[in-house]
Amino acid sequence: MTSFDAIVIGGGHNGLVAAAVLAKSGRKVLVLEAATDIGGAARTEEFAPGFRVSSVAHVLNRLHPDVVKTLELERHGLEIARGDFVPSVALSRDGPPLVLHGAYGEALTGASSSEQTAWKELSAQLLRYAGILKPFLSRRPPDLSAMSLLETAALGQTALALKKLGKEDMRDFLRVLLMNVADLLDEQLTDDRLKGLLAFDATLGGHLGPRSPTSLLGLYYRLAGEIGGAAGAQALPKGGMGAVVTAIRAAAEKAGVTIRAASPVAKIIVEKGRAVGVALDNGEVLHAKAIVSAINPATTVLDLVGPREVDTGFVRKVKNIRMKGNAAKLNLALDRPPQFVGVDAAGHKGRLVIAPSPDHVERAFNPCKYGEFSPEPVMEITLPSLADPSLAPAGACVLSAVVQYAPYALKEGWGASKPKFLKAIMAQLEAYAPGISKTVLHSELLTPTDIEARYRMPGGHWHHGELQADQMLMSRPVSGWSGYDTPVEGLFLAGAGSHPGGGVSGRPGLNAARRIIAMRG
Amino acid sequence: MAKATRKKPAVTEIDAPADARTAAQSHFRTLRLGTPFQPRIDALARTDDWYNWAGYRAPHSLWDEELEYFAIRSQAALFDISPMTKYRIEGSDAEAFLNRVTLRDVAKLKPGRVHYTAWCDDAGFVLDDGTLFRLSPTRFRLCSQERHLPWLLDSAIGSEVTVEEETEAVGGLALQGPTSFAVLVDAGFAGVDKLKIFDLAEFPHDGGTVTISRTGFTGDLGYELFVPAEKALSLWDRLMIAGELRGIRAIGYTALNRARLEAGLIVANADFTTAEHAIRTDRLRMPDEIGLGFMIDLEKGHFNGRRAILEARTKRKLRHVLVGLEIEGNIPAEHAIVYYKKSQEVGLVSAAMWSPMAKRNIALASLKRPFGDTMVEDLWVEIYAMRELQYQKLMKRAKVVQRPFIKLDRRTANPPADF
Repeated sequence: MTSFDAIVIGGGHNGLVAAAVLAKSGRKVLVLEAATDIGGAARTEEFAPGFRVSSVAHVLNRLHPDVVKTLELERHGLEIARGDFVPSVALSRDGPPLVLHGAYGEALTGASSSEQTAWKELSAQLLRYAGILKPFLSRRPPDLSAMSLLETAALGQTALALKKLGKEDMRDFLRVLLMNVADLLDEQLTDDRLKGLLAFDATLGGHLGPRSPTSLLGLYYRLAGEIGGAAGAQALPKGGMGAVVTAIRAAAEKAGVTIRAASPVAKIIVEKGRAVGVALDNGEVLHAKAIVSAINPATTVLDLVGPREVDTGFVRKVKNIRMKGNAAKLNLALDRPPQFVGVDAAGHKGRLVIAPSPDHVERAFNPCKYGEFSPEPVMEITLPSLADPSLAPAGACVLSAVVQYAPYALKEGWGASKPKFLKAIMAQLEAYAPGISKTVLHSELLTPTDIEARYRMPGGHWHHGELQADQMLMSRPVSGWSGYDTPVEGLFLAGAGSHPGGGVSGRPGLNAARRIIAMRG
Repeated sequence: MAKATRKKPAVTEIDAPADARTAAQSHFRTLRLGTPFQPRIDALARTDDWYNWAGYRAPHSLWDEELEYFAIRSQAALFDISPMTKYRIEGSDAEAFLNRVTLRDVAKLKPGRVHYTAWCDDAGFVLDDGTLFRLSPTRFRLCSQERHLPWLLDSAIGSEVTVEEETEAVGGLALQGPTSFAVLVDAGFAGVDKLKIFDLAEFPHDGGTVTISRTGFTGDLGYELFVPAEKALSLWDRLMIAGELRGIRAIGYTALNRARLEAGLIVANADFTTAEHAIRTDRLRMPDEIGLGFMIDLEKGHFNGRRAILEARTKRKLRHVLVGLEIEGNIPAEHAIVYYKKSQEVGLVSAAMWSPMAKRNIALASLKRPFGDTMVEDLWVEIYAMRELQYQKLMKRAKVVQRPFIKLDRRTANPPADF
């Protein structure tokens, strides 16, 4: 029987990163993926004959530079240069759109000159503050019970960075930290289109409206991400998000990782408080010194380990992780590229956002609190085939949109409501790109329940746990166990449910692997 | 799956599961509940000396605490244990569930047997101690001091087991003392002679059944009887009538408390603070710190607190120890401070008495390790004896001694003698 040093459960991007880093340390590593293909929600999949699209994650904006460097992803075919950055276009029904160019709006067009000045100041401030949080949102969270010298030093550095802001700026940083994004935007901006775009970005993927307390944190999380060395920048990877996974996979395989797809794990075998192996659905048993779960933390603990193998208090905490998604994914196969009103060619290749004002986003959020979908949903749209024709047949076009708010626990159930929600989305699209409905050859709408079933993400939540203040840092996935290890010795968590959270960053996987190496696990 | 249910009294309509949980333990809605035996106890209560036992009106004493104590040791004493929290735990996973919740190996507890056990939170701190009755391969009764329904229900997640609060539905009596066996025989419980210590069996009573176990909290020969609330009074009468010539007496808690101290048994929230009651972090106690380390079974598979307990043992993080003390003189050292070399404070006495049976001045005390553990010499207690409005301060030598303080052969004799 083959034995491994580490078995990684889940071949999503975090699982692959963890596996690659562990293999590079000399460990013999096996990745077990339940689906027939690896990549999790960061795949490129064919959804209609000849049409391919990024499965859930479709904009690359936070692949961590340490991951790129450690795995030498550039040598494995992933290249992101400044020229690949795409703009964000805030669509408007009443006039021309407003466009943020470069890395999160280094230049702003379509706004008044006073608004441009205001934005310049605000964006600089946001990036400055996000920069303070950046180390927190990448490193392993501080271990409150036993802080190492290194951790203390790192905290000290943050204190120093805060101090370097200057007195006024430091006070303001602390003042706004837990604010809602809408109030902050109202303090400094006047243009509803710009405010709507920022409100959308702050609340994307979460159960928050722009007026919910702490909603600004979502924007910081977004801006703490970087690609190509530029904070806040975004790109549509050539070949879809699957291309990023392909590069990570290549790095993992080069390091000697064995990858087995179509191998769902049924059980993590625990003996005397220690994880010693896994049993597959087909009954096969595999042993390893370390079991690394890069799937959902609740699934890991409650389904694979089983509540009886851990303490009751821990089960309570795990069961209380909030993870009911609100984001749906729409994939459209269009017979020709759509024309969004007032948007130029470069804009069409960017990220098009329908979020006309913070109030609009807030109103879209309201019904979802009560288990209803937004009648006028907000969304971010990409047309990836414009820059990468390989994704669609000649002359045709792929539209990929992330749409909010589509609550996982819909009161009426998604069965009957899905066509109604699709209709509501199409009405929005039609308003901004007249005639688009007639060009639809095929549509695929993935509600959170579909995402849950297809990508094994409980609640259809791409962060695998709501990313809010009470579920971040030392409290992610649960308080007391935020350092990637678990109460079960030899079992580690490496997925988005762990700190810092979701998005295609690879950071939870990297941190988990480093933790395992540090613990000699 | 686990669900909260309850037998009686009937509750109003319940919608949400949270309401169901609240309703399943609505004991707090009535202040000072009476037990199913209350009419008989009220009739005997000449001292009118009541206290609050888990929300119930329970007697400290009924007529004379000294004589009540001697009823335990030389006759038969009847003590109402109905206020004890009781859970009915049933299902194919009941054994596995209890193995995960409690410290001892439940697989070793055969049907028809009882064991004393305890359970801990994640951090390995004791939530409570209690007795576990295995009524059948898949049915148990867990008795404890505190209420634990939410903890038990959350512990049942993922197990085929129902946990049901039956404190109100089931009445309980402790019949303790040298003539207790004879009383049961005279009352017509045929086959009670077969019960060895920690055995239990069901016996017919008043058209139903009563569960009798050879258990108790006195260190004496004795039994505990559990009966449906509606058959409680007839059971009381049956025992009192049969026991008349055997000297049966109803007693209150003060007498029982003395007997249990002689037996070296601890009481939750008297000799240690349970984890959910402790406010100060240094009041929490691991099983090893209150003399319950013997229960811990590291071989049986996972149980709540295992990881923390193991870590505390290997990293030597245990900070306290509970010991039995024998103190010179005859003045009870109740709540006295324990000193090393008469000067360094090292602990506190939680229960103390002059033991008429042991003829020794005994006490239970919690000490800070290594005192009481590896350092047992030169320990002293400071007793403040109030003498006509003046404290007489006594510094008395204390010796760490084995518990129990008394060992009575009749407790385990088979068959018990017919006194």
